[in-house]
Order: sequence, then C-alpha cells, then structure tokens
Amino acid sequence: MKDAAKRLPVNLDDADIDAVGRELDAIQHDIKSSLGESDRRYILRLIKLQRSLALLSRLVIFASLAFLPRWGHALSGWLPFAIVMAIGTFGLGLAKILENMEIGHNVIHGQWDWMHDPEVHSSTWEWDNVCPADQWKHSHNVVHHTWTNVLGKDRDVGYEILRVTPEQPWHPVFLLQPIFNLLLALLFEWGVALHDLDIHAMRRRRGLVEEDRRTLAGIGKKVARQVMKDYVLWPLLAGPFFLYVLGANAVANLMRNVWAYMIIFCGHFPEGVHVFHEAQIENETRGRWYVRQLLGSCNIEGGKMFHVLSGNLSHQIEHHLFPDMPSHRYPEAAPRVRALCARYGIPYNTGSLTRQFGTTTAKILRLSFPGSHDRSESDYRAAGVHH
Amino acid sequence: MTVLQRISDVVGLMATPLRPSHYLELVQPLWSTHRLQARVESVWDETSDTRTLTLRPGHGFRRHRAGQHVRVGVSIGGRQMTRTYSISSSPDRSDGCFTITAKHAGRVSGFLVRDVRPGDLLSIGLPQGDFHLPDAAPVRPLFITGGSGITPVMSMLRTFVLRWHMPDTSHVHYAPNVLDVIFGRELEGIAAKLPNYRFHPIYTRAQPPRHFSEAQLEELCPDWRERDVWACGPQSLLDDVTACFERAGRARYLHIERFTAPLARLPANLTGGMVHFRRSGVEVRADGKKALLRVAEDAAIPAPHGCRMGVCHTCDATMVSGCVRDLRTGLEVDEPGSRIQLCVCAAAGNVEIEL
Repeated sequence: MKDAAKRLPVNLDDADIDAVGRELDAIQHDIKSSLGESDRRYILRLIKLQRSLALLSRLVIFASLAFLPRWGHALSGWLPFAIVMAIGTFGLGLAKILENMEIGHNVIHGQWDWMHDPEVHSSTWEWDNVCPADQWKHSHNVVHHTWTNVLGKDRDVGYEILRVTPEQPWHPVFLLQPIFNLLLALLFEWGVALHDLDIHAMRRRRGLVEEDRRTLAGIGKKVARQVMKDYVLWPLLAGPFFLYVLGANAVANLMRNVWAYMIIFCGHFPEGVHVFHEAQIENETRGRWYVRQLLGSCNIEGGKMFHVLSGNLSHQIEHHLFPDMPSHRYPEAAPRVRALCARYGIPYNTGSLTRQFGTTTAKILRLSFPGSHDRSESDYRAAGVHH
Repeated sequence: MTVLQRISDVVGLMATPLRPSHYLELVQPLWSTHRLQARVESVWDETSDTRTLTLRPGHGFRRHRAGQHVRVGVSIGGRQMTRTYSISSSPDRSDGCFTITAKHAGRVSGFLVRDVRPGDLLSIGLPQGDFHLPDAAPVRPLFITGGSGITPVMSMLRTFVLRWHMPDTSHVHYAPNVLDVIFGRELEGIAAKLPNYRFHPIYTRAQPPRHFSEAQLEELCPDWRERDVWACGPQSLLDDVTACFERAGRARYLHIERFTAPLARLPANLTGGMVHFRRSGVEVRADGKKALLRVAEDAAIPAPHGCRMGVCHTCDATMVSGCVRDLRTGLEVDEPGSRIQLCVCAAAGNVEIEL
C-alpha cells in the first residue's frame, strides 16, 4: 500500500526514471552551453521593442483626445476618436503583456542571469505588475516550481480560492466558483500580488505576524506606485480628459490580466493533467522530479508570435523542466522532450488554446459542484494509485 | 531646485517600475542616467597588438585626473565582462572624448583590439584611482614605465603639453623592441620639441638585454634622488623600482600603479568556509584561495566588478561577520563592518557578506 502510494502514474521502474532524468539533463546541457551573443541580442531587442511600444501607445492614447467631437475640425468625431483610442489602448495592453510574460516572468526566473548584465538580472528586475518581484520570486520560483501540483504544498493549485481538481474537498463556498474564477481572470495581477501571503496560516493564527506585515508593506509600496502611474499621473496629464486616459489604462491592464490568466491556467489545469500527494514526493530523486514536472504541466500549440506573447509558457512543460533556460529556446527543446516522452510512454499534454482553455474552464465550472468523474481522476485510479 | 526635484520625482513615478532614463536611452544611449555608456568614435592601431579607442562618454561622466583609470564593459559571447583601463588622453582635451589604449592580452583587451568598431557602445564607469598628478604640477618629475604602463603617464605628459608647461622631466621607458614602444612617435616628437622632457627608451630584448637597475638609473638620471617619481609597468619592474627607492630612503616620493595584484604566499593550513551572501540569500562553500568575487559569480550573484586585482574598488562590499584573507598581503580581516575588496579576498573560515 505504501509503495503503491509512492508510485507515479507512469509505467516505468526506477532505472527508467533515472534514464529519463539523464536524458533531460543532456538536453538542458546542450542548449545552455550554446547560449551566446544572438541570445543576448534577442532579449535586448525585445526589451527595446517593448519599451518603445509602451511609450508610443501612451502617446497614441493622448493623440486620440485630439479627435474628440468637441474640437469640431474636419477629422473630429466619436468614431475617429474611438479608433485611435483603441489602437493606443491595445498597444499598451500588448506592451504590458510582453513586459510581464516574455520579459519579466523569464528575467525574474533567472533565465538571463548568465549574461552577468546588471540591467537584465533576476536580482535587480522589477516588473510592471502590482506583485513585487522579490515576493513573486518566493511564491512562484520557490514554492510553485519546487512543489508543482503537489496538493497542500503548491499554492498555485487553484490559487487558494478555486477547486481545480476533484482531489480538493468540496465546500459549499465553491458554488460561487464561477464568479471567483471570472474575478480572478479580470484582477489576475492583484491575485498574484496577494499570493505570497499565507492566508490559511493567517486565519489559523487569527492575526498578522511580523512576516505578514512585511509582505503587506512590500505589496502596499508596489501597489501605490503602480496605481499612481496608471490611474493618477498619466490621466492627470490629460487634464479635463482624465477619465478617458484612466479608462484606457484600466482596459490595458485588464487585457494583460485576462491574457496572463488564460495562459497560466492552461499550464496546469487542462484535462489530463496530474496532481500529486505528499507521499509521492518523499525522497524524490531528480528523475522523479522531472517526471512529476512532465505529468503536471501542459503545453499550448500555436505560432511563433503566440509563443512570444505567452512568454513561451505555451511551452509550460519545458519551462517546468528547465525553469532557468532562456524561454526563446524552449521551441528547440520541445521536440526532443516530446520524442523522449513518446519513447518512454510518458503522456505529453499538449493541445490548441481552445482545447486547453476549454477543458480548464469546463473543469472549473464542473468542480464548483460536489463530486466529479473527471478524467484525470480516473486516470489516476487506473494507474493504481490509492489515496 | 526643490520644485525641479519634485517634478523629476513625479516624472520618475510615471515611468515606474523603470526610470525616465530607460526611455530616454531609446532615443540616445548617451543621455541615459541609470547607466553610463560611451560611444566608440574612432579606433587607431598604435602597434601591431595595441589599439587606442577614442570614446565619447554619456551624461554623468566626470572629468578624470591625468593618470586615472576607468572601468570598461563589453559583451563577449553574450556575457558581460569588465576590465579597467588607464585613460591615456589628457583631461584638458577639448572635445569631451577620452582615449584608452589596450594591448592584445586576455579576452576583454583582445576584444577591444580586434572586434570593436566605431559606433559601438561600451559600458563604462567613472574615472577612479590615486595614481594621478597632484593639483600643483610637480616641479621635477621622473617617470619610470614599462610596456603598456605608459598609458597613465601618457595622460600626464599630454596634459603638460596641452598646458604649455613641461616641467623638468625625465622619462625612462622599457619595451622589448623599438616597434613595441606604444606612443613611440609621439614621445620622440615631444622630446624633440621640448628640451625639458628627456625620453630614455630602453629595449629589454636588445643585445645584451637591458633591465632596470640602480646603476642604470644613476646613469640616465643622476638626480633621481631629488625627484618625485611615478612608476607603472610589469610586476618585476615595479618590484625592482620599489626596492631601489626603499634602499635610498625615497619610498615616500614613489607613486606606483600596478596592473596586476602581487599575491602573498598563502599558509599551508589554509581553510575556507561557508560564504553567506546576505542580500542574495545564498550560502556556498568556498576554499581559502578562490577570490570571493569568483565565488559570488559562480553562485550566479551579480557582483559589480572592475579590475579584478584590487585596484579599482568597484567590487568593495561590507563584511557583516566572519573572517577573510587579503590574497595580496596574506593578512586576515575579521572586523565586522569592514569594507573588503571581493576580487582579492578569500574566505578564511565562515563569512557573511552584504551582497
């Protein structure tokens, strides 16, 4: 019984699992040892492009004000105003997406630390997001990437508010889950910001300890700056048109939030993904850790542009195997990882955005009600794991 | 002033989490204030393996003092590397540019000599160093230089020329052959025009080889005991010069710039320890020989660095607790709160560093 509980849901013995680990190490070594000048050029160019797009988009938002009908010139009118405003807002949203996903997320992961460039380094980078980078390094890099999909350990499983696997016990509050889910999508950066606070521990202790206060102070400081920028200072620059600019900035932030939510939820919650129990990670070897990352992550198929906008988290499997490998090299690692999985009969969960996001959303809706006949559950049983 | 300060704070907030300088840099890299860069204006090959780069520094650079050095960073294979170079031009130069002269040796200098083109941007630091001319020009200077040790002295000589005042100067310079004398033509030219400046090139590969000795100095510059001396060059030359001036009781008048750190003999019972980088939250084991800068870099902690030989103090960090050994002197530093030079200090037991 004890041994069975420790088994991973794959048909491999310990020697096979070690071999998988060695092959993955080799893929990682190959790619990391080939890093060079062209990789540096990639990230520096992307950063330059992102900053130019952000600045330009903010200027276009202001330019749209010149088309307001009240000016009464030949080009003025609500339609031209709306078009220019939409272009600026969309551009700003896109810039924020690039900044958070392909640049921020990956730089803070330490993927570019090998350049020894103090400007692009995980220890100095701060992103355009209400979550302070240093806290995110703990909640995401440490907690989530170490304990991926381990129930009770990985706080990314449902982000402590959603039931995303039948393994989590049902409670009547989950009947409101569709609403929580929608709110989380819209306010994703705020959810991420509060993520490093251990809400459960706080509730248990019925109060704040020194550490919570420090975390909250860090969030408060970051929030104040971010809110000041997008919702006070830039709008104030528009004078009487304050609300237009505020609205545009809010929409850009919403756009980034919903996109980040979609990509990130597709990484670990689609149909067929596995969750684990603490018993399964006792004395975990490197090989077993790798296999757990493989079984707990899902990819999304798409074009080159899509991969960049998703921060290459569309290669979530490769990202979880090699979290500090520069993300733009994941497309190169993916076919090798996939072929390896095929050889060893390890499931490689990949699909279109529609499939991955569809099954995720269906699951979240279904799991707001008690019980479940979710397929990941039956896969789990079929593999002979008892709990 | 305070109003301007307020305005700049507000503009700063509008760029958060970046700074306005990050956007300014998109238009003109030399305008940025968050990092200092220089544009390569021209390159000039001095000798077959030596090249002078003329650099235009960005905003925030300060005028150097003749003899000082500057940190220069380049990207090689995607990795940022930094070394320190003496500035060879005079601070009185009118076009706002300065020059450095690199000799093809090692990766960074090799890159500067071979691969840098006009228009390239290099990251730089501020001028630093104690090896410079005093505010009041010395009355009777003596320069003793070897190889590329000529560069800081060149800045001093050019300053004298630009100021139309060459003091009574003796200059002994060591190079393998006549073709290896960096700035050879210019030095000869100055000597021909200004009788106050006496240039004595000495070729160490001549037959028979000639090296620094007290007798030789006596012959070339009989009044050396009455002069202020600036010496810069290879280790062995500087060691001989130091010994000579100590014997004569003139060590106080000798100013030296070393391009490599002389290392002390390490004790046999050498122990390392656990190094705790406090701010990075990283703890690693280190032996007693490896410089802490290397230890930090191997642990992927970005440490600012420059010369890597204890000259420029770019890598200085506060030791919170523990003990380190200065590899140049062999002396241990165990006083909490000391500023230590990471590039020339190794762990001597457990140590905690503010980095």
